[in-house]
Amino acid sequence: MRIYACVKQVPANNETRLDPVTGTLIREGSPGVLNPLDAYAVEQALRLKEQYGGEVSALSMGVPGVRDMLRRVVALGVDRGILLTDRAFAGSDTLATARVLAAAVNKCGMPDLVLCGRVASDGDTAQVGPMLAECLGIPHVSDVACIEEIARGEARVRRLGDRGYHSLRVRLPALFTVLKEICVPRLPSITGVLRGEKAAIAVWGRADLGSLEGGVGLKGSNTRVLRSHRPDLRVKTRAVAGARDLMDILREENLIAEDRVRGDI
Amino acid sequence: MGTYEGLQGIWVLCGVRDGQIDRVSRELLGEAERLGAVEGMKTTAVVLGREIPQIRGADHALVVQDDSLSVPEELRWTHELYHLVRRYRPQVLLLGANGFGRSLAPRLAARLGTGLTADCTALDMRDGLLVQTRPAFGGNLMADILCPDARPQMATVRPRVFRAPDWEAARPCEILREPPAGPDTLSRLVEITGFTPSGQDAAIGEADILVAVGQGIGSKENIAMAEKLAELMGGALAASRPLVDGGLVPYAHQVGQTGRTVAPRLYIACGISGAIQHLAGVAAEKVVAVNIDPDAPIMERANWAILGDCGAFLREMVDLYTTSPPSVLPDRHSK
Ligand SMILES: Cc1cc2nc3c(=O)[nH]c(=O)nc-3n(C[C@H](O)[C@H](O)[C@H](O)COP(=O)(O)OP(=O)(O)OC[C@H]3O[C@@H](n4cnc5c(N)ncnc54)[C@H](O)[C@@H]3O)c2cc1C
Repeated sequence: MRIYACVKQVPANNETRLDPVTGTLIREGSPGVLNPLDAYAVEQALRLKEQYGGEVSALSMGVPGVRDMLRRVVALGVDRGILLTDRAFAGSDTLATARVLAAAVNKCGMPDLVLCGRVASDGDTAQVGPMLAECLGIPHVSDVACIEEIARGEARVRRLGDRGYHSLRVRLPALFTVLKEICVPRLPSITGVLRGEKAAIAVWGRADLGSLEGGVGLKGSNTRVLRSHRPDLRVKTRAVAGARDLMDILREENLIAEDRVRGDI
Repeated sequence: MGTYEGLQGIWVLCGVRDGQIDRVSRELLGEAERLGAVEGMKTTAVVLGREIPQIRGADHALVVQDDSLSVPEELRWTHELYHLVRRYRPQVLLLGANGFGRSLAPRLAARLGTGLTADCTALDMRDGLLVQTRPAFGGNLMADILCPDARPQMATVRPRVFRAPDWEAARPCEILREPPAGPDTLSRLVEITGFTPSGQDAAIGEADILVAVGQGIGSKENIAMAEKLAELMGGALAASRPLVDGGLVPYAHQVGQTGRTVAPRLYIACGISGAIQHLAGVAAEKVVAVNIDPDAPIMERANWAILGDCGAFLREMVDLYTTSPPSVLPDRHSK
């Protein structure tokens, strides 16, 4: 079975620097780590490889420095790392990013499975996975909690929906975004780390990826950040003496469940 | 059928729950009406399903009714919505940012080749463009996002960001029925074979009122009192992490960075200090803090701060509810 795990480098903490001109994030210079939830996609990919055989590739779009992060992913047991980096990709929104990832997947040939983390800790959109599946023309399932079985070109999975868990049967190739509860990520072994350090990470730019219909980078993005601002979380606080006064306020503000009030009118 | 002018405005994809338009959709219909009024745009409620509930609160309802639409499934919905959008070309398409909406919207946006903004917490109209405000970096940053050229401008909006208008008073819509879009090879690749409900998990995410307890709660009895108050107020019990780690409250009730994000209308924090990791999960409309420490960070974040013992506060609240329901409390403003 051939599996791709899509991984993203995110800032080590949620402190932010913004480009004052474009309003987009400045990624150079801030220390980067593997997006915490992507570790679960990598781990799940490795477990499927151990169970069913095959090969796992890790795919990442980012700045040139992401190569080191991919080495650390290879150290976990991934067979190869592919970095998609080019100035032309800078400023890509979620759909433009999905296009780049899709072009890379198509260049290597369609795998059986593409796995993504549920959401990236910086952008926090959870959009790239489903968009990538659409660009590839394959089905996706979001929020997969368990891959129960893969057999005869079909996966049986459980995913967390709004009111509970759905069981689904999905034809492969397919893309899943995975939840934390799917597995516990492993730590790298010493031999793994050594292997990672020596691993050759493939680096592809715009020219390696063919036509990229629809555009990439800032120019190929439909969304524009108009401005960014820090929210003022402080509110005007009013001191209240106790429960009785609070009840008056809550009634005035229409904050008491209406049916409970209405019943007594 | 021709194209309807009125269908080119703001669309809201409506979800159905227990035979009714669900709550986040009603909230979005209310917001769509406000936005539409700014630019003179008409609003359309889009409803897909095997059974179509009563629809209100928009100029039009666009309805696709078919046996094959009995269970919401992203690929199937994408197929139908793609054809509706291509046919009528709305300016704006809003969806609820629940699990289904957050999985469907990116798929649909990618097929339409348009922009999508996830998890908006505010919307506005400026010069015919939808200004979409969303948090990033755990709420450390807010971004205003535009989709200047592509259409529709798509956004998902979290439940409880907007207030649902009074449903009974909402105006009726003109219903337009559309046949299903025909066969779709992709959605045949996915089959939903079963469902296991998880009742409790949803409770704190959906409650209007949360009574939250922290390390200052003092005793198990006080936790029970908080739960009682929550029940009396029609809300649910929430907790900070230490109480969950200590085994006093189940994990499903934990609010914060490693728990759930909640957006009730009212959050009553009893004996909670207001650590950043806790506040990361609190997106309440209004916050009440009850704390013996005037300098606790939660006091700055609270709309109403009560300096005092939270156990006594909870007992008094429960008394007020049980001995005299809130509607018959003496009204201080009329004397
Ligand atoms: C990576 C990470 C993730 C975390 N995730 C979460 C999370 O998801 N959710 C979460 O809640 N925390 C989380 N935490 C923990 C967080 O940092 C705080 O430690 C925690 O929120 C504090 O809980 P608390 O407010 O109940 O307790 P405390 O900080 O101990 O506050 C107790 C408060 O009660 C008040 N008090 C004491 N007695 C009384 C009384 N009789 N009446 C009224 N008030 C009284 C005190 O003045 C104080 O303000 C996380 C921490 C880390 C490092």
